[in-house]
Amino acid sequence: MTPLLSARGLTKLYPGGRGCREVSLELDAGEVLAVVGESGSGKSTLLSLLATELAADAGRIDYRLRDGTVRDLLVLGEAERRLLLRTDWGFIRQDATQGLRMAVSAGGNVGERLMAVGARHYGNIREAARDWLERVEIAPARMDDSPRGFSGGMRQRLQIARNLVTQPRLVLMDEPTSGLDVSVQARLLDLIRGLVAELGLAVVIVTHDLAVARLLSHRILVMKDGRVIESGLTDQVLDDPAAPYTQLLVSSVLAA
Amino acid sequence: MTAMSTRGFARLASGAAGTNFGYLDEQTKRMIRRAILKAVAIPGYQVPFASREMPMPYGWGTGGVQVTAAVLGPADVLKVIDQGSDDTTNAVSIRQFFARTSGIATTTSTAAASVIQTRHRIPEHRLKEGQVLVYQVPIPEPLRFLEPRETETRRMHALSEYGLMHVKLYEDIARHGHIATTYAYPVQVAGRYVMDPSPTPKFDNPKMDDCPALQLFGAGRERRIYAVPPYTRVRSLEFEDHPFTVQRFDRPCALCGAADTYLDEVVTDDRGGRIFVCSDTDHCEERRAAGHRGEAA
Repeated sequence: MTPLLSARGLTKLYPGGRGCREVSLELDAGEVLAVVGESGSGKSTLLSLLATELAADAGRIDYRLRDGTVRDLLVLGEAERRLLLRTDWGFIRQDATQGLRMAVSAGGNVGERLMAVGARHYGNIREAARDWLERVEIAPARMDDSPRGFSGGMRQRLQIARNLVTQPRLVLMDEPTSGLDVSVQARLLDLIRGLVAELGLAVVIVTHDLAVARLLSHRILVMKDGRVIESGLTDQVLDDPAAPYTQLLVSSVLAA
Repeated sequence: MTAMSTRGFARLASGAAGTNFGYLDEQTKRMIRRAILKAVAIPGYQVPFASREMPMPYGWGTGGVQVTAAVLGPADVLKVIDQGSDDTTNAVSIRQFFARTSGIATTTSTAAASVIQTRHRIPEHRLKEGQVLVYQVPIPEPLRFLEPRETETRRMHALSEYGLMHVKLYEDIARHGHIATTYAYPVQVAGRYVMDPSPTPKFDNPKMDDCPALQLFGAGRERRIYAVPPYTRVRSLEFEDHPFTVQRFDRPCALCGAADTYLDEVVTDDRGGRIFVCSDTDHCEERRAAGHRGEAA
């Protein structure tokens, strides 16, 4: 079986040499891949490249569509690519205000993707939105409220509902839990883990928090200075790191 | 010096107030006409044009005036309305502007006009073939308040990604229980481009559909021209379970008794007295001349 997502030699360099160099990765359906590394290691650049939000200097991204054909996203037509991105993919952003429409109610945020693919029945859209808000533990009574009045954790949960409503197969997450206090973080991680298992989502999650990686991911990529320096099964890499930098990273984690 | 500009100068001397016919110079009119032709060829698509400074402030109809200037010929009869009325400041000054700079005939009668410039209304009298309706448009981009990036809205138009327009209607229903947008109600033209019909009341939206007249839209500050050619399908956006409806008035016009027109509320005294009368003054006067009477007449 061909992998769901396969990136080859992805490169994007900013002036000054920072960025992401010749990164290759593969992801199967239902698999969770964590990308870890320090700030500036290129992990967010990698995620933007995968989301085709940044134009790569070199490389290709092959994605297996629902009909089984494999297409290079970098040469896919824009209309097709954008449709794919808002139906078959999701993107949970670190800053919820970037991932949500802050001027639109919670229900409207969840319904947007449905309307974008042609849903034109208000009652049905609302029903689907209510259903998804409940699944991410947002009270239906808050449905018509603006996300401006939501707490950080609620905003992240709303982002998740908004992305999952079209039942995507691949979700990209950029530090979804950072900036939240630990108890909220734990609940959010629990929710994400449940949904990922239940829906069989493939996930690429970028995080600097090794505990998040350990909890959610099957495999892990360690990045430094724009390159992947180590990869493997999550527990293997975290318990028995080979690269000196990974050893440093693992030993730097503070135990509570 | 080219033949064109020589002719331009010749015309300059012939204008009633020492200006070229239609106020704008011939080159500018050609440029605007090209934009209009393109707009007619792609119904509902916003064509950029090099909007000129006009001798009036933005917001007073600089876009409409430029479109009118570009389509006017010496044989045309011009009518200008503002909120349906022929006698408000904006309407009177634009009418006088063209009468003075071009010496053309003006009228207040919808039936007698060949070019009608309008702000916020479509005349009640059904338009006919050969007439041109020119709208003054403040904000041509229907997606503007949902997606502030112009690069993104253009891409959305190009790819027909109009789901966001329904998010706006969704928000209306969620907040008010019905679609509360009453003016600038978005329409889809010829099954393709979503268009802002300028701030006309949605009452007028059905008149745009399959209209025998040519409809031109000019936005001066935003530098866009768009058009709906005659007999083009114009559909107001809606949900299956919340269909598009127009405003209803619970009483007829107090002056002419018409029950099928768009009404304005007019305060008559300082004790709370008010009447509802046709916003289209020409239509109302015509009906009264034909013997129709409302309760206040």
